[in-house]
Amino acid sequence: MDKKIFIEPIFLKNPITVLVLGICSALAVTTKLEPAIVMALSVTIVTGFSSFIISLIRNTIPNRIRIIVQLVVVAMLVILVDQILQAYAYEVSKQLSVFVGLIITNCIIMGRIEAYALGNKPIPSLVDGLANGFGYGLILVALAFVRELFGSGTLYGIQVIPLSWYSVNGGFYENNGFMILPPAALILVGLIIWIQRSFTKELIEK
Amino acid sequence: MDTNKNLYTIVYSTILVVVVAVILALASYLLKDRQQRNVAIETKMMILKSVNLAKDASKADDKPTYIEQEYSKYITDSSITEGNKTFPLYICRLENQDKYYIVKLHGAGLWGPIWGYISFKSDLSTIYGAVFAHKGETPGLGAEISTDHFSGQFIDKTIFEGENFVSVLVVKGGGAKGNHEVDAISGGTITSKAVEAMLKSCIGDYLNFFKANLNKATAPLYDSTMVNPSDSTMLINQIDTTKN
Repeated sequence: MDKKIFIEPIFLKNPITVLVLGICSALAVTTKLEPAIVMALSVTIVTGFSSFIISLIRNTIPNRIRIIVQLVVVAMLVILVDQILQAYAYEVSKQLSVFVGLIITNCIIMGRIEAYALGNKPIPSLVDGLANGFGYGLILVALAFVRELFGSGTLYGIQVIPLSWYSVNGGFYENNGFMILPPAALILVGLIIWIQRSFTKELIEK
Repeated sequence: MDTNKNLYTIVYSTILVVVVAVILALASYLLKDRQQRNVAIETKMMILKSVNLAKDASKADDKPTYIEQEYSKYITDSSITEGNKTFPLYICRLENQDKYYIVKLHGAGLWGPIWGYISFKSDLSTIYGAVFAHKGETPGLGAEISTDHFSGQFIDKTIFEGENFVSVLVVKGGGAKGNHEVDAISGGTITSKAVEAMLKSCIGDYLNFFKANLNKATAPLYDSTMVNPSDSTMLINQIDTTKN
């Protein structure tokens, strides 16, 4: 199997910074590291398996209703994941809360099914789905790292910036409130895209 | 086979929907007992946490059993009747005979329901502990109401000023001061305000009960606070005494 299927979505064809898919959730869930990581994992699982299932039945799907078929499969997977989490990992399911529903609307899932799984064999489709979820997760974690560090002074809920630095305790430091608002994430995504493009020849338009 | 024929499309979609429905119904049927048990345990844990118990629930080997044991050890389910409605009231009795009253809270947040439990010392004005939970508030913003950092602020606040019910206000800009104010969550103002509204309306349901016992408790309470004086209870008692 071609290694490219796994490597490309992580950098050269990263769903967020290059394909610009899944931006909405990248803005919404990256105020803290913990939900960002849980979201990244869930999306990875759902993209992987939905690509796999759609690829299995790709030759039988009537073309006119293919988007509906894809949605039904994705929605089923998301509900299953949600139900299983509620039964066996209640704590995690509470953290995910509204995100589980949001996964269905994540453009990456439909994007990968349309662009890849419909025309490729099940195993490469599974790898493609997982890799795209991973590439998405990487950016999510990077954003959440910066936003949580500067917005809340914590990382994964643990205080990193010394409490004595804060001006309320007589220090000089203040958390940057802007960081926890969605526009900050948009600007950070923009910066990441800028940096990635200026260092990658393949991405520079002529 | 021609997958573009109408009949094929109809049959295909019917089969697909039936298959998916069966899978989901089966999953729901098989997992229901466990899910309901999880919810019941969660409710009991929240009640315990509102009186600062069950602190090491996450360390317990068998969390559900641990919660059940703690719950039956300390908490008594009770209720009060107001008009023709019945409101649940949980009573917690510790080993040292301290008694706390726990009130159930429920309200609407920004995206969905929010709920919680709040416990009062036996003066029925001083908050002993609080927990909040939510269905779908924005993570990192409104969802922060469920953190100890937020709910911890309520401890030792009072909901009565003299005999007037003032509840606890959630204020913006880190300017909370006095016995009736806590800080809102930055970026989560709507959810924070929803907590304030929830406190006001839910405690309001119990107001007659609270007021009746607030007055009754004043005299003997003065003695009990001497044993374990806390600033806020002293304040209430002093105000009450001057009024009397």
